Amino acid sequence: MNINTLEGEGYTIIGLEGDVDLSCSPDARKSILDVLQTNKNLLIDLGKVSYIDSSGVASLVEGYQTAKKQALKFGLVGVSDAAMSVLKLARLDKVFPIHDSVAEFEKEDA
Amino acid sequence: MSVETLFEIRFPAKAERLCKVRALVKKTADEVGCCSELTDKLVIAVNEACMNVIQHAYKGDELGEIVLQMLNNDGKVHFKIVDYANPIDLDSVKPRDLDDLRPGGLGTHFINEIMDECDRGHLEAGNGNYLEMTKKIS
Repeated sequence: MNINTLEGEGYTIIGLEGDVDLSCSPDARKSILDVLQTNKNLLIDLGKVSYIDSSGVASLVEGYQTAKKQALKFGLVGVSDAAMSVLKLARLDKVFPIHDSVAEFEKEDA
Repeated sequence: MSVETLFEIRFPAKAERLCKVRALVKKTADEVGCCSELTDKLVIAVNEACMNVIQHAYKGDELGEIVLQMLNNDGKVHFKIVDYANPIDLDSVKPRDLDDLRPGGLGTHFINEIMDECDRGHLEAGNGNYLEMTKKIS
């Protein structure tokens, strides 16, 4: 798994790439919580995720809950088919704010 | 039709090994004619089952071993996952309420949602656990 971080206007984007499984989900969790600790809104780009397991999903849930507690915005963007099928299985596709693109998030956020 | 063993592997209970396990399940499910959607789901279920062994049976002890068998039984694929950890509390293996949003606890839900039948138990010798999962493919 690769993790890329990009700074946007008033938010940070964490891009996850490849398989997000038990061997690397602690790294994804740390990146997510590190950004939220700096009080920044967070978008997680799942467009290049080829596989995500329940430990990866747990990192997203923890990020979502942490952001909510801190009154920060949290969303998923460009969710790949592989990631979406797992989110649907967990019935989280109706819980997480999901945006087709960063542009769509910015438009909604304006 | 007789039961055909598609593969049997024994591997260390390490998270780093799951990638190879997923690849093997995917390749084998493709070969027995599972559609891509079913193949992806079988991969998820087997991955979660092995993860549960690593995290909850061996509790991160990487010296533990997992044995995974995949069988073809007359239009059904059958997986058997065996570990040699201390017997787990079978009553504690249950899916969480999905309305109770919290990190973790989804693996068993995924397995139950995907598979037609699941059977968990302790090995007869008392030093290990098994999980058998079956899914109709045709």
